[in-house]
Amino acid sequence: MIPSGASDLTFALDNRGNTGANVKSAPLAWFARHGRRLACREWLAMMTGGRRRRPRAAIIGLLIFAAVMHLPAWAVVGRFATLEAPLDKSSLIVLSATIFLAWALMLSQAIESVTRVFYARADLDLIMSSPARLPNVFSIRIASIAVSVTGMALLLSTPFVDVLAFNGGLRWFAAFGVVAAIGLSAAAFAIAITIVLFRLIGPARTRLTAQILAAVIGAGFVIALQIAAILSYGTLSRFAVLTSDAAAGIAPDAGSVVWWPARAVLGDTEALMLLLASSLVLLGLVMAAFSPRFADTAVTAAAHAASSRQGKSARSFRGGSRQQALRRKEFRLLRRDPWLMSQTLMQLLYLVPPAIFLWRSFSDNSAAIVLITPVIVMAAGQLAGGLAWLTISGEDAADLVATAPLPPSRVIRAKIEVVMMSIGAVFAPLVAALALVAPLQAVVTAGGILLGAASSTAIQLWFRVQARRSQFRRRQTSSRLATFAEAFSSIGWAGTAALALAVPPAAAISGAMTLAIIAATWKLSPTRD
Amino acid sequence: MNGETSALRLRGLTKRFDRLAVDALDLTVRGREFYALVGPNGAGKTTTLRMVAGLLRPDAGGVDIFGIDALKDPVAAKQMMAWVSDEPMIYDKLTPLEYLEFVAGLWGIEPKASQASAYELLASLGLEPHLNERCEGFSKGMRQKVALAGALVHDPRLIILDEPLTGLDALSARHVKGLLGDRVRAGCTVIMTTHILEVAERMADRIGVIAAGRLVAEGTLAELRQQNGHTDTSLEDLFIALVDTKAAA
Repeated sequence: MIPSGASDLTFALDNRGNTGANVKSAPLAWFARHGRRLACREWLAMMTGGRRRRPRAAIIGLLIFAAVMHLPAWAVVGRFATLEAPLDKSSLIVLSATIFLAWALMLSQAIESVTRVFYARADLDLIMSSPARLPNVFSIRIASIAVSVTGMALLLSTPFVDVLAFNGGLRWFAAFGVVAAIGLSAAAFAIAITIVLFRLIGPARTRLTAQILAAVIGAGFVIALQIAAILSYGTLSRFAVLTSDAAAGIAPDAGSVVWWPARAVLGDTEALMLLLASSLVLLGLVMAAFSPRFADTAVTAAAHAASSRQGKSARSFRGGSRQQALRRKEFRLLRRDPWLMSQTLMQLLYLVPPAIFLWRSFSDNSAAIVLITPVIVMAAGQLAGGLAWLTISGEDAADLVATAPLPPSRVIRAKIEVVMMSIGAVFAPLVAALALVAPLQAVVTAGGILLGAASSTAIQLWFRVQARRSQFRRRQTSSRLATFAEAFSSIGWAGTAALALAVPPAAAISGAMTLAIIAATWKLSPTRD
Repeated sequence: MNGETSALRLRGLTKRFDRLAVDALDLTVRGREFYALVGPNGAGKTTTLRMVAGLLRPDAGGVDIFGIDALKDPVAAKQMMAWVSDEPMIYDKLTPLEYLEFVAGLWGIEPKASQASAYELLASLGLEPHLNERCEGFSKGMRQKVALAGALVHDPRLIILDEPLTGLDALSARHVKGLLGDRVRAGCTVIMTTHILEVAERMADRIGVIAAGRLVAEGTLAELRQQNGHTDTSLEDLFIALVDTKAAA
C-alpha cells in the first residue's frame, strides 16, 4: 500500500535521516496509522495465540475475564472507596507508594518494549532504507510504546476503578487519568534509560542490563519495602514501613508535588491536569531529544547482532553417555541465556526477604517463619516452568536431536533431569538453611519444591511445541491453558505446603485440589490426543 | 544391485497431508553412490527425505537403511545416518567446536577421535578462524557449514542433504561439493535434493526425478537422455520435459 502523499518519494537522505530539499516525506499520520495497525494485530495475535480465526472468541474471553476480575478487585480495593481528601499522611504515603509501584511495573514493561524495538529488527531495515524522515518515524515508534504501555495499564486498572466508582462515586474515574499520566511518563523514562545505557555501556551489555532491569525494577520496590519492614519491625508486611511514624516524619508537607498523583486519584482536577500535562511535556521532550538518536542506536544494535562473541578457547572434548552430552548442552545453553539470568535473578530477589526473615528469626523461633515456605515453593514452580519451556520446547536444533540415535524418551528424560537439577541447585541452599532452624519445615518445603517443579515441568511437557529459544517471550501465547495451569499448580502447591505446616488436615484438601487441576490439565493437553 | 546391500530402499512410501505428498514411492539407492533427487517445488522431495531421516512417520510403506528396517529399529538406522536440512538448525549460543562436541556425544563417538575429526572438518570448510566464536553472529552460509560439519563428525555411512548449497557463496559451495565427493570416494553414500541442476549433472552418479510424489525418471544422465530420446541435451531441458509431461498427464 502506498501512503497518500508519499507516492512520489524520491530517495536522498543523510545518515541522520534528513531528506533532501526535493523529497516529500510520508505523512506522520500515515506512520501513526501503520503503527496502530501493527499494534492491533500484535495484540490480537497475543490474545488469540496466533490463531487467525479466533478474534471473536478472544474478545468474548477477554470480556468474561474482565468481568471476573471485578471480584478480586472488589476484595482488594472495595473498602477504600469511601476515602476522601484530605487524607492523613500515612494514607497519602500508602496511596502514593501503590501508585509508584504501578509506575515501576509500567517502567519495567516499557524498558522491555524499547529493547525489543532495538534488537528484534522487524521492519527497522525497511524503515531505515526508506526516504522517510527517521526522527518522525521514531517519534511515532516512541509514541506507540507509550500508548501500548498506557493502554495495557488502563485495561488492567479498569476493574479496580470500576469498583471504586461504583462504591464511592464518579470522582474515582479520575484514576484513569492518573494511570494514563504515569504510563506516559514511564514510557518516557524507559526510552531515556535505554538510550543512555546504550551510550554508556554499549549495545552488548545494554541488552542484558535492560532485561535484568525490566525484570527486577517492579519487584525491587516491593522487596525493598519488605526488607525494610523485616529489619525495622520484624514482619514481612511492607505496610509496616509505609504506615510507620518514621515514614510520616520524613514525608513532605501535604501541599508538596509528591502527593499530586494521590490527590489526582481522589478526584482533585487541578492535580490531575498538572500531572497529565507534565507527563505529556516529559514524553514530548524525550521524543524531541531522543528520536534522532533512535536510528543510530538501532544501527549500533544491529551491528552488534551481526558480530560474534568470542567463547572460551578450545579445550578437549568430553566423553560420557549420550544423555550426558544432552545435559551438558542444556546446562551450557541455560548458563548463556540472558532471559534466564534475569528471570533467575528476579526469583532470587523474591527470596531475599524470606531469607532475611529466616536469618532474623533464627534466634526467636517465630511462628511467622512458616510464611517462607509458600514463597519458596511458588518461586520454584514458576522457575521450573520457564526452565522446562526452554529445555523441552525451546530446542533450536530439533531436527538434529530427532535424528540422533537415541529414543525420544531418553532425550526428554535428560531434559527433565536438567530442569530438576537446576531447581535443586537454586533452592537447596535455602532449604539447608531452613533445616538448621526448623527441620520439619525444611522437609515440607523440599517436598513442596519437588511437587511444584515436577508439576510445572509436566505441564510444559504435555503442552510442548517446537519453538526457538528466542521466542520465549511469547511462550504464554502458545497455550493460555498451560500458562494458567502452571500458575495455579504453583499456587496450589505453595498453599498446600503452608497448610501442611499450619493446619495439616486442610493440606490434604488443598493437595487434592491441586492434583485435580493437574489431572484436568493433562486431560485437556494436546499430547493426550 | 550386484548382490550388494542397498544403502536405502523405499517400498511404497506414502505420506498424505491435506493432499497426497508422497505417493507409494519405490526407490533404491546403492551403497557408495551419490544420488541426486530433483523435482519441482512441492514434488515431495523434502517429505520423502524427512521420512527417511525419521522426522516424519509415513502413512504407509517401508524404509530400509543398509538392510535395517528404519521404522522398526530407528535407533540402529539413525546411528548410520546424518541429516542436513536447507535451514541450518544450530545453537546460537554454542561455538562450532562446542556444537560438534555435542553432536559427537549424541552419536556416542569417542572424544579423542571426534575432536580430531572436528578440527579437520571445520578447517576444511574454512571455519578455523571462528572455532571459538558463538554461532549467533554467523551468516547463513557459515551456519550451513557448521551444520554440515556436525553431520560429518560422526562419520555416517549415509548422508542425506536437503538443498545443502542454499545460501552458500561460490567458494563455500565448492568446499562443500569437494567434501561430499571425498566422502563418496571414501565409501559413503550421499543422497541430496537440489534445485541447482548443474550440481546434480556434474556430481551425481544417478539422478531421480520426482513429481507429484512419484519417481518419474531415474538413471545416470546418459540413461535419462536415452530414456527420453535426446542424445545431447542438458539435464535442465530433460527435467523440464519430464516435469511438463507429468503435469500434462
